[in-house]
Amino acid sequence: MSRVIQLKNGRIIDPSQQSDEVADLWIKDGIIVDHRSVDGENAEVFDLAGNWVVPGLIDMHVHLREPGEEYKETIASGCRAAAAGGFTAVACMPNTKPVNDNSSVTRFICEQAASCAARVYPVGAISQESGGERLAEYGEMKAAGAVAVTDDGQPVVDSRLMRRAMEYASSHGLLVMSHAEEISLSRGGCMHEGEVSTRLGLRGIPAAAESIMVYREIALAELTGARVHISHVSTEQALALIGNAKARGIKVTAETAPHYFTLTEQAVLGYDTHAKMNPPLRTEKDRQAVRAALRDGTLDAIATDHAPHSVLQKEVEFNLAANGIVGLETSLSLSLVLVREGVIDPVRLVQLMSCAPAAILGVAGGSLRIGEAADVTVIDPQRRFTFSAEKSHSKGKNTPFDGWKLQGKAVLTLLAGKITHRDL
Amino acid sequence: MAEKIALEYQFQHKHIFGIEQLSVPDITHILATARSFREISSRPIKKVPTLRGKTIVNLFFEPSTRTRLSFEIAAKRMSADTFNISAATSSATKGETLIDTARNIQAMNPDVIILRHSSSGAPQLLARYIDASVINAGDGAHEHPSQGLLDMMTVIDHKGRIEGLKIAIIGDIAHSRVALSDIIGFTRMGAHVHVAGPQTFMPCHIARLGATVCSSVQDAVKGADVVMALRIQMERQNDSLIPSLREYSRFFGVSRTLLELAKEDVIVMHPGPINRGVELNPDVADGGRSVILEQVTNGVAVRMALLYLVLGGSKGSDGQGEGR
Repeated sequence: MSRVIQLKNGRIIDPSQQSDEVADLWIKDGIIVDHRSVDGENAEVFDLAGNWVVPGLIDMHVHLREPGEEYKETIASGCRAAAAGGFTAVACMPNTKPVNDNSSVTRFICEQAASCAARVYPVGAISQESGGERLAEYGEMKAAGAVAVTDDGQPVVDSRLMRRAMEYASSHGLLVMSHAEEISLSRGGCMHEGEVSTRLGLRGIPAAAESIMVYREIALAELTGARVHISHVSTEQALALIGNAKARGIKVTAETAPHYFTLTEQAVLGYDTHAKMNPPLRTEKDRQAVRAALRDGTLDAIATDHAPHSVLQKEVEFNLAANGIVGLETSLSLSLVLVREGVIDPVRLVQLMSCAPAAILGVAGGSLRIGEAADVTVIDPQRRFTFSAEKSHSKGKNTPFDGWKLQGKAVLTLLAGKITHRDL
Repeated sequence: MAEKIALEYQFQHKHIFGIEQLSVPDITHILATARSFREISSRPIKKVPTLRGKTIVNLFFEPSTRTRLSFEIAAKRMSADTFNISAATSSATKGETLIDTARNIQAMNPDVIILRHSSSGAPQLLARYIDASVINAGDGAHEHPSQGLLDMMTVIDHKGRIEGLKIAIIGDIAHSRVALSDIIGFTRMGAHVHVAGPQTFMPCHIARLGATVCSSVQDAVKGADVVMALRIQMERQNDSLIPSLREYSRFFGVSRTLLELAKEDVIVMHPGPINRGVELNPDVADGGRSVILEQVTNGVAVRMALLYLVLGGSKGSDGQGEGR
């Protein structure tokens, strides 16, 4: 017997169909269907009045740590965190141990993910061992399930290699994602170079370290005609370059992370290692520029750069602490702040967190069209709660948002019609 | 006025992380307390029982001679028991984390830990895991509060005040914890701090901390009441911050000629150790304007005051340092 779900009375927000209306969504055997084609009598009914029903959220930038650092996160625990945060799919970065630079690692990730609470799209390495010298086997990795390549965490220093990566990746229809950082400028730095770094006596990373490399990627994209995606953009300067490149028709897309539109360098005061990430938290002016860019389309997507670490890497001297914070379970709530403050509307939010990531990665999802797999997220925009890192599903408790009073969260997550998270 | 502050005032700090945390009354009180303790060091028997039974640990992860010795002498003159742990002999070389080291030392119940560490913020981290008071004896490029306080004490000795003075600080501001403590401290006490040196040595937005950035050392020194030269680390040459010590000395060193631009009664200071002939010409270091050795003497008094105050002492300007 087939399994029928009726999501009733929710506000269905689906930019892929230009729809934003209160209606019912019907699911049969994991597929979104026309209500006329099902017998509603035995349906499982969720009354979702007051909630938003949107295409499953997709986080195009997470670190799942498996294989190699399972004490920080596993594919299973990361996917549970994703589901709890309203995500039905994530793209995982290749800086595992070993690096995902060949098809056997890619295949391992896909196999581990098969039974997990979210779809996992592996991102392969640009270069072997992310060493920045020789291209990895993109064709093999793509055949095994990879959707993009990046040396995330290890910027590609050699411009010629980056050029070749863009050219070769485009032959395989793979996206190149760039961790844009000029390391000769950032080396030794552990926070944004500015007033706060001076006050704290910490070595700074200037905004130019990001924008110089963003410009290189744009120039190479123009040269090669390939498309390039800039990861975790944090500065006003870089956004200006990206906006300009888009206006000139260069195939560049870009993401930012919730911490860049929520926090600034001020969060580092007191040497809080939970405010240490790369790129670093920037100035209020940068934060405002990121918010504006999410609204005007300079930025295409919100991704978390979910980076779980154990206390071993975070309860140490600030300059020695690891970069990164977890983000899957706070991303939606922090992004909803932008909606409440009128920076973006709910339709734009869904574009940023679902439609655009699917389109950029070239994967399914981002739509509630009839016939699509029922990856659906139900959001209660009013729900108030206090986020507790201790109770979170991720193994990583490294977040600056522990104890924050938040409003709005995912209350039901469906992966191909299967409930992966429920908090109704 | 000082008497009035002493009557109503209560020193509230358990830890000393930096000058940043200290208010004007705090600084005034610490300096008054230090002045009252200074006399002890000139007695034939240089010891008072004030901190008898207290255990003070010097935990030094960076090499240091004078600061460690100064803290140790300060503690011993107040009858505390002192212990020195230096990086070479500590577990740090065996891979133990700072927090594990802290917990182990805590288990032996010390009263004060004096920490010198290459990481900015290490004292705050340590303080989160132990019950003892923590005094920062220099953390990374952040602060060196006891040095800032002894500098202020020395200036007051000579000028009778800090407010309104022009203080010129010359050299590697960006990599100096002394510079940051001095800029914050002197500015807070009402002085006009002017900094100068090659642009590679100027930290980002230092003006927002109240310092005036001068385009030349001449501008900084002109009419100054105090000229302070900072130590140039030899390795800065390899970091492309300066091309050579020779060139640095010629264009940014403090010489007698440069000092002629300052006020007639200018004093010259240096946190030590001096690179003679680099940041300070020998004739200036040893000349009549130099108060460098007085800084060292005052260092002991300031550190006695800090130990006394973090351990709950409250007497300020009553002129005596004997017990309670």
